[in-house]
Amino acid sequence: MKRIGVFVCHCGHNIAGVVDVKRLAAELAKHPGVAFATDYIYMCSEPGQALVREKIKELNLDGVVVAACSPTLHELTFRTAGRMAGLNPYQVEIANIREQCSWVHTDGAQATAKALKIARSTIEKVRYNQSLEPVMVPITQRALVIGGGIAGIQAALDIADAGYEVVLVEREPSIGGHMIQLSETFPTLDCSQCILTPKMVAVAQHPNIRLLTYSEVEDISGYIGNFKVKIRRKAAYVDWDVCTGCGVCVEKCPKKVPSEFERFLGMRKAIYTPFPQAVPNKPVIDRVNCTYFLKGTCKACEKFCEVKAIRWEQEDQYLEESVGAVVVATGYDTYPIANLGEYVGGKIMDVIDGLAFERLLSASGPTAGQIRRPSDGTVPKEVVFVQCAGSRDPELHKAYCSKICCMYTTKHAMLYKHAVPDGQPYVFYIDMRTNGKGYEEFYQRAIDEDGVIFLRGKVAKIFQDGDKVMVWGADTLTGRKVEIAADMVVLATAIVPSAGTEELVKRIKIGCSDGGFLLEAHPKLRPVESMTAGFFLAGCAQAPKDIPEAVAQASGAASKVIGVFSQEAMAHEPTIAFVDEDLCSGCHMCIPVCPYEAREFDKEKGIAIVKEALCEGCGACVAACPSGATQQRNLTDAQIEEMITVSLME
Amino acid sequence: MFEPKIICFLCKWCTYAGADLAGTSRMKYAPNGVNIRFLCSSRVDPQHVLWAFKSGADGVFLGGCHPGDCHYQEGNYKTLRRVALMKKMLRQMGIEDGRLRLEWISAAEGKKFAQTMDEFTEQIRALGPLQLEL
Repeated sequence: MKRIGVFVCHCGHNIAGVVDVKRLAAELAKHPGVAFATDYIYMCSEPGQALVREKIKELNLDGVVVAACSPTLHELTFRTAGRMAGLNPYQVEIANIREQCSWVHTDGAQATAKALKIARSTIEKVRYNQSLEPVMVPITQRALVIGGGIAGIQAALDIADAGYEVVLVEREPSIGGHMIQLSETFPTLDCSQCILTPKMVAVAQHPNIRLLTYSEVEDISGYIGNFKVKIRRKAAYVDWDVCTGCGVCVEKCPKKVPSEFERFLGMRKAIYTPFPQAVPNKPVIDRVNCTYFLKGTCKACEKFCEVKAIRWEQEDQYLEESVGAVVVATGYDTYPIANLGEYVGGKIMDVIDGLAFERLLSASGPTAGQIRRPSDGTVPKEVVFVQCAGSRDPELHKAYCSKICCMYTTKHAMLYKHAVPDGQPYVFYIDMRTNGKGYEEFYQRAIDEDGVIFLRGKVAKIFQDGDKVMVWGADTLTGRKVEIAADMVVLATAIVPSAGTEELVKRIKIGCSDGGFLLEAHPKLRPVESMTAGFFLAGCAQAPKDIPEAVAQASGAASKVIGVFSQEAMAHEPTIAFVDEDLCSGCHMCIPVCPYEAREFDKEKGIAIVKEALCEGCGACVAACPSGATQQRNLTDAQIEEMITVSLME
Repeated sequence: MFEPKIICFLCKWCTYAGADLAGTSRMKYAPNGVNIRFLCSSRVDPQHVLWAFKSGADGVFLGGCHPGDCHYQEGNYKTLRRVALMKKMLRQMGIEDGRLRLEWISAAEGKKFAQTMDEFTEQIRALGPLQLEL
């Protein structure tokens, strides 16, 4: 029989003012298994805790029940006190007779009777509690970063600089993400390439970073500290170990196709690097457009390659990596213009999106930084910028605000004016949201110094009229209809999660919020963690954000990863499921019930086992087990039945 | 007056915390329920419910997180389905299904917890003591 000590707290008048604590202690002393019961005015005070410690030692107690406030407040306090006296912390339990009894009931007799039931039920639990040790899970001190945009780059560099290895996976041939497409960045107008390319090179040269571009994460299994990652390296048809990146193959390739990087405003070859500063600076062959793959002849690239790096027979390769934590930084795409029927859905050549305009502004872009409209290459003299194209439109498109468009559109209008001093930029907006350091000043500068005309209202219609693009809208501040015969229109299209995010989320089982963005564990207090332990979030994959925010979140995610890696093993609550191997029939009922894939069929033994490191202790599988073979540590069915029985005793 | 005996299985993350909030807010409600804390409402096995009725309970209450808020992703949906089956099973056994109640009560809904306890106590009082022929 167990020797349980019961300690009833008065909590001043909080409990003792309603519950007859003396009677409670006296009655509980008679309960089977109780070796000692007493009451004290403030159990959580140092003398109160000392009393608990002394009695454990003096009476050789092997279980403790403290009848006091909610376990949320002092469970840890008394478990620590128990441990200090040599008792296993899981032999200490709290009976909640304050929040769930004395504070909510007025009748002393009724409250005392209920407190007795609560305490008895807790004593029954302790009677059958086992001494438990936290499950220690070893940690692989190596991180996976998915996505090589600015967020992924920052996270990878921070983790690598802290001395841990990083595997950085990027699906495009080069890292850099969308940021490397940008011309200049608000509010300081730094050239995007000038500030990003040094970081890209640092990634490539970092001894702790394994960079896998043109690769995709196929699957992640395991749990925090111990993930197995399956990565597919797409066939580039070029042996990157041999290739020197001289670029002759690209030069000699006869096949030109519209460049994705240039938002289809410029051309690339069938063998290409997306842009001249690509990292790694190694080309890939676009199999869909390559003349050799299409017609079986050409091989111009192979003929001119001095180091013989072309590999026509190359196939996708599968790699497996072991990591302990994952940063998901899969970034964004822009909402397709084709979806915007009200703006003629991409059928007018001179209606382009913001990213395409970035390429026109970029000194390394298809027009070398000169603003020329796509249809006839002339310099547009009147340009209309339309904000919230697809954002803040719950009926037709996305309900949320894409956050960065107010600022980048202001920047576009400003840079356009710098490039075309006799041109006139107009901006249609719903609300100007310039909440960032130096942002409002930047917006004011666009009005005061660059003469950008901001019109508060939504554009109702855009249509082609001769060589003009007619824009019909309203200025809601003056109440007038506005018609502009523009030369070009730039739509600030909504920010959406990058293509493939949904499938990735399903594959790696982290949550999604509205709009398909990755779900953080808590919107305010845990913004860089996902709902699944070991997965951290960075950048626009979680929500639309600008560069400083993406970088800050990436560093936050990296520091969380470094925090995980700072320990060699992680402690995990031991109040989890376990299996009585003699009772388990191997019926598999528990396996699909588990949300963490912690239940697995052991073919050798013919039973379902519990992967302790994965089990979070919800107990769903215990309830699902038809034979009672699966139980929960310190909350077994037998314990629960005893707890119920005494809770119903008078 | 008949005082019903009620067993409440509360999930640690939402309803148990909601019950604590009712306490810290000093709300008053009927003292008939005794709470048993589970980590998740999905730990509740039909046999616990039957055991409670067999051991003299007149009503059984299950409290979990609102749909979509489960700490364990979707344990509350499992509970929802199990409760539907349990009610059917209780009817077949001649026990009024109104003696079993499931509510989603969040950690912020102390008031809802207090009101639900009062309501459920009255609901069971109206049904009268459970007469089981064992």
